Amino acid sequence: MKILVLLKRVPDTEARILINQEGTGINEQGVKFVINTYDEYGIEQGLRIREQVGGDSKVTVVCMGPGEATELIRTALAMGADDAVHICDPALGKPDPFTSAIILAKAITDEGFDIIFCGKQAIDDDMAQVQSILAEMLDIPQVNVVAVFELSDDGTKATVRRRIEGGDEKVEARLPAIFSCEKGLNEPRYASLPGIMKAKKKEIRTKTLADLGFGEVPGGTRSRVLKWLPLPKGAECRMVEAEEMKDAVAELARLLREEAKVI
Amino acid sequence: MTNDVLVFGEIRNGELKKVTKELIGAARLITEGTGGNVDAILIGKDAGSAAEQISDFGLRTITVAGDGILDNYSTEGYAKVFSEVVKAGSPAYVLLGATAMGRDLGPRVTARVDGVMFSDCVDLRFEEGRCVVKRPVYSGKLFIEIAPEGEWTTFISIRPNNLPPAGPSGGAAEIVQRPAGVTAESIRAIATEIIALSGGRPDITEAEIIIAGGRAIKGASNFRIINELADLLGGAVGASRAAVDAGYADQAIQVGQTGKVVNPKLYIACGISGAIQHLAGMRTSRVIVAINKDPNAPIFEKSNFGIVGDLFEVVPMLTGEIKTML
Ligand SMILES: Cc1cc2nc3c(=O)[nH]c(=O)nc-3n(C[C@H](O)[C@H](O)[C@H](O)COP(=O)(O)OP(=O)(O)OC[C@H]3O[C@@H](n4cnc5c(N)ncnc54)[C@H](O)[C@@H]3O)c2cc1C
Ligand SMILES: Nc1ncnc2c1ncn2[C@@H]1O[C@H](COP(=O)(O)O)[C@@H](O)[C@H]1O
Repeated sequence: MKILVLLKRVPDTEARILINQEGTGINEQGVKFVINTYDEYGIEQGLRIREQVGGDSKVTVVCMGPGEATELIRTALAMGADDAVHICDPALGKPDPFTSAIILAKAITDEGFDIIFCGKQAIDDDMAQVQSILAEMLDIPQVNVVAVFELSDDGTKATVRRRIEGGDEKVEARLPAIFSCEKGLNEPRYASLPGIMKAKKKEIRTKTLADLGFGEVPGGTRSRVLKWLPLPKGAECRMVEAEEMKDAVAELARLLREEAKVI
Repeated sequence: MTNDVLVFGEIRNGELKKVTKELIGAARLITEGTGGNVDAILIGKDAGSAAEQISDFGLRTITVAGDGILDNYSTEGYAKVFSEVVKAGSPAYVLLGATAMGRDLGPRVTARVDGVMFSDCVDLRFEEGRCVVKRPVYSGKLFIEIAPEGEWTTFISIRPNNLPPAGPSGGAAEIVQRPAGVTAESIRAIATEIIALSGGRPDITEAEIIIAGGRAIKGASNFRIINELADLLGGAVGASRAAVDAGYADQAIQVGQTGKVVNPKLYIACGISGAIQHLAGMRTSRVIVAINKDPNAPIFEKSNFGIVGDLFEVVPMLTGEIKTML
C-alpha cells in the first residue's frame, strides 16, 4: 500500500508570535519551527497502517516548504517514514491554500497513492482548507478531523470517527481517500537513535516548480491581507477578595449577575 | 457574478442551528453594501421544516434539498447540490458556519466553483466594494484582516456566537425544492451514525457558559463539582490539556490550541494556569473568571475577575451562592 503523509513546517505552539516591524507578517526571528502538530498524528497513523498492511507498503512524506524544512522531513524519516518529496522553490513564499493544493496535487499524482493522511489544520494560517481542496482536485473522498481510524482487512475502505459538535460522526470511506487528523487519534512515536541514523540515508527528492511542470506560481492571487492585528489587550483583572472566602464568592456571584450580566 | 449572498443553513436534530441566523445577519450587512439579495440553501433531513423557521427573514429564496440520500451527511452528496446552486445563482459571497460541517464542506465547494475561502472569521464589514473579514491566525495569537482580490466567488465561514443573529424582517421567501441529483454509488464516504459524547450538555463550541477544570482537579470524579456548576447554569464543561492527558476528562472537551476554540459569554477557569496553548482556545470569551490558588498564575492576566483560593472550596460555594440567586 502506498501511503502519503503531508507535512507542513510551522512555528512551535510555545512560540510567542509577534507582528514584524513593517506590519506585513510575523517576526520569525528566534521562532522555533516544528512539524505541524496535527501532521504528526498523520505520520504516526501512516506508520501504523504500513505496519498493519505489511508487504511492500511504503510511507512517503510530502512537504512543501523552505530549505529549512529538510530538518523536519528528517525527523519524520527518523520516526520511520521511508522517503520524502520536498517541494522547495524560492518563488513560493507563503502560498495560499489554492496554490498549495494545486502544487501538492501535482506532486501527489506523480507519486501515486492509496491513502493520504494530513493534519486537520495548519497552526500558522489556521485555514483547514488544503486537504479538502486537494481531495476535490484529486477526485477522492475526504474525511476531516479524524479521531479514530480503522482500516478494513482487505484494505479497500476505512471506518473512522470524525469529531463534530458534541460527539463523533462515524464515517465509512472507500479508498483512495484523504484523512485529516485530530489530536487523540494516536500517540506519535519519538524518533529512536537507530531511526535517526537510518534517516540520514533515506531519500528526499527535492522538486522545484519547474520540476513539477509549473512555469510560474499557479493558482492566481485570490486575496490580500490588509492588516495584521495584535490581540486586544484584556481588561484588568478585578481580584475579588474578602476576609471570609464566603463573602468573596458571594461578591463574585453578584458581579457576574449584576455588573457583567452573564448569569 | 451577481451582487447576491448565499447562506448555507445548518440543521441539527431537526432544528436550524443558531449560527444560521447569525449568517443571515452578516449577509444583510454585505447586501446593504452590494445592493443584492440574500438567498439560503438548506440540505438534509428536515430541510423543509427548518426553512419555515427563516421564511420571514427577508430572504429571496430558500433552496431545500431534502432527498433521502441526503439524510446522512456526506461531503460529496452535499457538495454536489451546494455547488450546483452556487453555480446557478452565481452569488458574490457564500456564508457558512465555522462548524464541523461548514469547515468540511466549505473548502470542497470552494474548490469545485474555483473561488476563494476565508475560514473561521470572527467579524466582517463591507468597504470599498468588497467584504473585509477578520480572522485569527497562528492559532489565535494574532488576527488578520483579509479581503478577496479579483472576481472570485468568496466563501466565508463564520464562527458561531460572534455576530448578532438576524430576526424576522417580513416578506415570504420563495421555497425552491431541489433534487439531490446524486446516486448512492457516487458517494464514496458517508456518515453512518452520530455518537454523542457531551453527556446531554451543550457542546463547548456552542455553549454560552463554560466551566473548565485543569490539572488541579486531580481526578475524573472530582469533575463533579465542575459539572454541578455547569448544569446549574445550563453551560458546558471544558478541560485543559493537562486534565485530558491525565485522564480526568475526555479529549472532546479539551479547550485550546490542540483542542476546541470556544467563545462563550462566560468562561470560568478552575485550577488552570493559563498556558499560551490554553489561552489560544478561550481568550475571546466575553467574560473570563479565574479561580486559582496561586496569585501569580498567568491566567489572572487574561481574566476579568479572579479569586485566589482552593477550587474545592470556591467552586461548590459559588454553585451554592448562585443557586440562591437564580
Ligand atoms: C503542542 C502543544 C499543544 C498544547 N495544546 C493545549 C491545548 O489545546 N489546551 C491546553 O489546555 N493545553 C495545551 N497544551 C498544554 C499547556 O502547555 C499546559 O501544559 C496546560 O494547559 C496546563 O494545564 P493546566 O493549566 O490544567 O495545568 P497546570 O499548568 O499544571 O496548572 C494547574 C493550576 O492549578 C492551580 N491549582 C492547583 N491546585 C489548586 C486548587 N486546589 N485550587 C485552585 N487552583 C489550584 C495551580 O496554581 C496551577 O496554576 C499544549 C502543549 C503543547 C506542547
Ligand atoms: N506546504 C504544505 N506542505 C505539506 N502539507 C501541507 C502544506 N500546507 C498545508 N498542508 C497540509 O494541509 C493541512 C491543512 O493546512 P491548512 O489548510 O493550511 O490549514 C495541514 O495540516 C497539512 O497537513
